[in-house]
Amino acid sequence: MRVKGSGKRLFDRLVRLPPLLWLSAFFLLPVAITLKISLSEPATAIPPYLPVFDWQGGIEGWSSFLEALNLDNYATLAADPLYRDAALGSLTYAAASSVILVALGTPLAYALARAPARWQPLLVALVVVPFWTSFLIRIYAWIAILKPEGLLNLILLRLGLVSEPLIILNTDAAILIGLVYAYLPFMVLPLYAVMNRLDPALREAAADLGASPARVFWSVTLPLSLPGIAAGAGLCFIPMVGEFVIPDLLGGSETLMLGRVLWSEFFSNRDWPLASAVAVLILAIVIVPVVLFRDSLRTGGEGRP
Amino acid sequence: MTWVTRTALTIGLMFLYAPILVLIAYSFNASNLVTVWGGFSMRWYGALLADAPLMAAAWVSLRVALLTSVIATILGTLAALALERHGRFRGRALFTGLIFGPMVMPEVMIGLSLLLMFIGIGVDRGIATIVIAHATFCTGFVAVVVAARLRGLDRGLEEAAADLGASPSRVFLTITLPLLAPAVLAGALLAFTLSLDDLVIASFVSGPGSTTLPMRLYGQVRLGVNPEINAASTLLVVPVSAFVLLASWLTVRRTRA
Repeated sequence: MRVKGSGKRLFDRLVRLPPLLWLSAFFLLPVAITLKISLSEPATAIPPYLPVFDWQGGIEGWSSFLEALNLDNYATLAADPLYRDAALGSLTYAAASSVILVALGTPLAYALARAPARWQPLLVALVVVPFWTSFLIRIYAWIAILKPEGLLNLILLRLGLVSEPLIILNTDAAILIGLVYAYLPFMVLPLYAVMNRLDPALREAAADLGASPARVFWSVTLPLSLPGIAAGAGLCFIPMVGEFVIPDLLGGSETLMLGRVLWSEFFSNRDWPLASAVAVLILAIVIVPVVLFRDSLRTGGEGRP
Repeated sequence: MTWVTRTALTIGLMFLYAPILVLIAYSFNASNLVTVWGGFSMRWYGALLADAPLMAAAWVSLRVALLTSVIATILGTLAALALERHGRFRGRALFTGLIFGPMVMPEVMIGLSLLLMFIGIGVDRGIATIVIAHATFCTGFVAVVVAARLRGLDRGLEEAAADLGASPSRVFLTITLPLLAPAVLAGALLAFTLSLDDLVIASFVSGPGSTTLPMRLYGQVRLGVNPEINAASTLLVVPVSAFVLLASWLTVRRTRA
């Protein structure tokens, strides 16, 4: 054990100070302000909500400020079916896509982990590259494929598989395709990291004892990969709940997801307190998986390049 | 490799790349109609260069990404040092939460909350506010990348330098930082890419005259598919992909040698 000198301790404090100050000012404080505004009432003023904190008001200012805060916005969220459906919609889309992602990502991650070792970095890079390229553009690309006169329908019609164009764009199916497509690398990478570390001797032992390759996968590889599956599903589920771009571009105009409702409350209806309440609701939904998967998320995050 | 894993890889990679390849192919389409092939042409790339608002937005995005990358890399590297090298300090849980919180915070929440604060204190919105917002959510990503590298570094080197009388800042500058350089660079690139790519947060905190490239593209995409956007997309996607693939190909060669 080395004893830390006071110089070292001072230096350590100076190292921590900039990120601490920055994130307190630009992350913690704004979230606190949003919580406060979600308890305020909308007003036709600048800023468009009440009460506005009176810095010169002293203790009296404090108490009148606190008295004016209320839970009305949350009552609105609970009472209005629009918001209930949006919350349900967000949860349903995120959960359904997570299930599809597990089903698609598991074989892909397994194939990566079983590929010849010297090719693995390149194959992993191929899975990662889309993550480095523009999210918006990858979603935009699907519009040209899914629309009624798009490439998919062109191919299906040419092959005679359908007699008239399928309507996919602006449906739930398009949203699911977009979500699965955009988040597949997030599913595959943590899962690959776990599968890659599995001891091959376990597989070999099962095979020597007469298990078929399918059986080995099902009763050895898969159960041991569950932490990776959980990390991947968590990494995908969390951002999908608040997703805005995918439902907005690929979904129909009546698609209800929280990210989109927040956007229109804020930009179209200019109801800031209600938008803040929706933001807090998204946060409340997301906190559950974040706390559940805290450890696997951190290691899963390291699966990134 | 068995045929099963080979099929899984082929289908998986086709799914990931087909949309991007279709997009690139149609950016060279002479026809106005996105799905009708009218022969090879570079006309949309010409149209792109003549599109002044788009070029202006690209310039805004580049400046924002560069500044974000510098700030997030400094903050993220310091945060990684604290998390990996400072042991149990007071307020460690809060510190960890502050660093990783923005990574799991919904984008709409980060954007909305920063905007509410900027308006509350009467800050004019523009490039500076976008940079602040981007640096806030990118710091955690840099910290993850740098912390992973720090964990793999031999602490003995730093301790030896300290035992030989180097001050903490000297140890950091002459031992730790040079060894960390590849991870710091990777973190900087990640922050740059994340900033360049962000639509949602920038839409909240940008002001008049500071429209970023994703915001501009988004505005046009909402009006429908258009070959000029395909050309812009190709210019955004191809260099980044080529760079990442080249980097990993070099790694493959190095491990084989």
